[in-house]
Amino acid sequence: MSAEAVPAPDALDVRDLDIAYRVRGSDRSAVRGVSFRIGRGESFGLVGESGCGKSTVALALVDYLPRNGRVTGGSVVIDGRDLRSLSKGELRRLRSRTVSMVYQDPSRALNPSLRIGRQVAEVFEVAGLARAEAVDRAEQALARVRISDPGGVMGRYPHQLSGGMQQRVVIAMALAVEPALLILDEPTTGLDATVEAEVLDLVAALREEISTSLLFISHNLGVIAKMCDRVGVLYAGELVEEGRAREVFDDPRHPYTVGLLRCIPRRGRLKDAGWLDTIPGFLPSPGTQSAGCVFADRCGLVEDRCLAEHPPLYPIGGGRGSRCHFHERAASLPRAIPRDLAEPAPAEPGATLLEARNLGKTFSFGGSDVHALSGVDLELRPGETLGLVGESGSGKTTLARLLLGIVEPDEGSAMELDGELLAGTTQRRSTDQVKSIQIVFQNPDSALNRRHSVRRLIGRSLSKLAGLRGQALRDRLLELTRSVRLADRYLEVRPVQLSGGLKQRVAIARAFAGNPRLVVCDEPTSALDVSVQAAILNLLYELQRKEGVAYLFISHDLGVVRYLSDRICVLYLGRVMELGPAASVFSPPHHPYTEALLSAVPSLDGGESDRIRLDGEIPSPADPPSGCVFHTRCPRKIGAICETTEPPLDESEPGHAIRCHIPLEELRRLQAEPTRSVPVGD
Amino acid sequence: MNALPAAEAPAAGAIDAGAGQARRELLRELLHSKTFAVGGVIVAFWCFCAIFGYHIGPYGPFDQDLNSVNAAPSSAHWFGTDQLGRDVFSRVIAGARTVLVVSLVATLLGTVLGTILGLVTGYLRGWVDETISRFIDAVLSLPLIVTAILVIAALGPSNVTLTITIGLIFAPLIGRTVRTAVIQERELDYVTAARLRGENGVYIMFAELLPNVMAPVMVEFTVRLGYAIFTAATLSFLNFGIQLPTPDWGLDISQNFSEITAGYWWEVLFPAAAIATLVIGINLVADAVEGVLDR
Repeated sequence: MSAEAVPAPDALDVRDLDIAYRVRGSDRSAVRGVSFRIGRGESFGLVGESGCGKSTVALALVDYLPRNGRVTGGSVVIDGRDLRSLSKGELRRLRSRTVSMVYQDPSRALNPSLRIGRQVAEVFEVAGLARAEAVDRAEQALARVRISDPGGVMGRYPHQLSGGMQQRVVIAMALAVEPALLILDEPTTGLDATVEAEVLDLVAALREEISTSLLFISHNLGVIAKMCDRVGVLYAGELVEEGRAREVFDDPRHPYTVGLLRCIPRRGRLKDAGWLDTIPGFLPSPGTQSAGCVFADRCGLVEDRCLAEHPPLYPIGGGRGSRCHFHERAASLPRAIPRDLAEPAPAEPGATLLEARNLGKTFSFGGSDVHALSGVDLELRPGETLGLVGESGSGKTTLARLLLGIVEPDEGSAMELDGELLAGTTQRRSTDQVKSIQIVFQNPDSALNRRHSVRRLIGRSLSKLAGLRGQALRDRLLELTRSVRLADRYLEVRPVQLSGGLKQRVAIARAFAGNPRLVVCDEPTSALDVSVQAAILNLLYELQRKEGVAYLFISHDLGVVRYLSDRICVLYLGRVMELGPAASVFSPPHHPYTEALLSAVPSLDGGESDRIRLDGEIPSPADPPSGCVFHTRCPRKIGAICETTEPPLDESEPGHAIRCHIPLEELRRLQAEPTRSVPVGD
Repeated sequence: MNALPAAEAPAAGAIDAGAGQARRELLRELLHSKTFAVGGVIVAFWCFCAIFGYHIGPYGPFDQDLNSVNAAPSSAHWFGTDQLGRDVFSRVIAGARTVLVVSLVATLLGTVLGTILGLVTGYLRGWVDETISRFIDAVLSLPLIVTAILVIAALGPSNVTLTITIGLIFAPLIGRTVRTAVIQERELDYVTAARLRGENGVYIMFAELLPNVMAPVMVEFTVRLGYAIFTAATLSFLNFGIQLPTPDWGLDISQNFSEITAGYWWEVLFPAAAIATLVIGINLVADAVEGVLDR
């Protein structure tokens, strides 16, 4: 491990940690031989896909493993104290003074029935302060996490705060006692990119202030790259690579890390540039014992030695380590799938497939009207992908649901499919129209009936949408499942027995059953791991090239949207802020809101610089701001005109429209500052 | 602070159990539970009695021995005899049949009706739900036994009316539980997906939603079965159900109830104990089923 001198004692020293879960009477090993240390004030990241053991490690560090889990070997030393030698009381003191933990979902970390002030003050009382003093300190703690009105927030209940605010409160509580070690387990995973950026900035700033050591756990490599000095990559319960974050991400030395990084559409990769690489095979099931390397059966560089001999963590200089016999050759990992697009690109689309004019939707809640969407004009051509971006509450999902006919648009809205009027609800659409517009949902667990077999799930759609029966149905079913690369043996299986990626393939096959013209993809890869995401993105693009289907692609991951989209539509508070070709939208000049969204994305590729931040929260759509709806948060607001007059959606360049009072040339000048780096764009 | 995961997520793509195996697993877990074992033995015993009870008793359930009326328990009459000189033990054994058949059929009826009610109200919501739910509230605001007595008094007492009445009274109770489950299920995307391929409401309710609410339905069935036995016994005790001279626990208790002051406790105690053990047995089974299905 690290040969450098590290000031002692380390905030955390984990050695040869083994953890097992007892399942049906036998131990299943979940973490094996994990060692790492975090120096004072250092920030260490643990990355890995779901099931790799990240959270298990985190829970073991504070002795919070579930009842069936137990540390079977190794040691954990926090701030010079060995966890295993501590009594229950000492452990409790350790948790209240030395280690703090922040979890993914802040709404579950806060007690819904206690006011914020009470909960934060309690932390200080546990640490031994008198009540009145604890309340004072609580207020200071909230001010420290940049809550502008700490007194007011203290009187509120958790549900009255937004997700970002709640996470700030949780962080304030975690940092209240100035712990030696702060463990953050996916702290920003449920948050919008703009809010995530704020929370990450806050954590980074606080770390400077109180010199706490950080253990940062995330599946998001970009977040880890931004937040951590050093990083450890976990795979199947083993630490396969360790080193400085920058070096690991720029020059990975373990085939798993290499493969993982190739799965991500980085540096503005576009779909035309070729298929994304994937990692073949699956994570070994927990408890599988292998004599050799855990990654061997998925590795393109595998040799006999890998199967026979378990690799140690080879030190490879500069404090780095790789658990690969052939680490010096890791970068030469062959691609799992060829890069070349085999078939020629589809012909340039001509006619309009779908046209929406003045699309709006108003929901009424208890007498007040909420304008979820207003005045949206859209056109979709056959075979193109329109990316839809915006924070939560911007109207992305409402727009998708209107097109699908799940909710009916307001009076005055008009939709046409192939030049024919498209009714507002599915019931009033012709069968042809119904099968022409289908959807792939975000969460396949919710989208697939868990009591039906894969054969029934897809077969029913084929009989309803394509009108197939008997042998024709069986033939088409096989053809369809093979086209989404689902092995025939899965046909009789129920969704619960499939992994997330396989489930999403079933959902895609179902959407394609009726030869649709437009498929709405509502965050289709958000619930998936990075390596699975790459395969699904490839599949979606492959189907598009083959079938000429158009996509309305909704995602909060701008890298993914950029990769797949031909055009981008940016929504804010139910209004189109910018609409145009993907390349124009993603590079300046663009709308200040687009600019803010882009700069909020933590980049894997470095080049961090002055970013623009959005202050405050997204206003309520029930009471949108006057004038330009974005003026309350706009970093480039020019004056009173923004507050009084709504800017028109001007087509500044052909096919590229921006809703802003600032002239295009001025935007170009403002946004062209050389230090700025847009996370995409080479 | 946070709900912790019970274990790591299962490996991606690993197919380790077929659907049949998952069901077998559930069954095995059920068979391993002590609660289920105890409850199962009790229920199995009474089921056996219900089938063969008329023939396996030491005496016929209708046989009167006027020479030994109100005889205390002895080696000749284990549970003693009643005021007509009938062997209490033989009547208790034979009495399992009516009560089990009535409560089983009534609960089945109630479960089927209740499930339909729950699916319709939970899926359609709106005015249908409002109308039916308010009507259910009105019915449920009366004590169960009072409603039952009103219905039976109107229709005339018999086994059939008793069964139908209990079934009808249970339907809204079960319907409410199913409705709650359906309301949660209908928000899931697979229901939207079904609508997007043009499925009608009946298909969505019975082919999409029903299989996913079977767990609460089964729990309701077992729990209600216990109540049904109790209700059936109560109503026959009140002479609103099974008619003489059919051996029946509730009826026998009511027939011999007045004798208890004369010291003939066995004529009441043993049928009462029979009711109690059967209800306890079924509740134990219900607990075990609920415990397994909830996971």
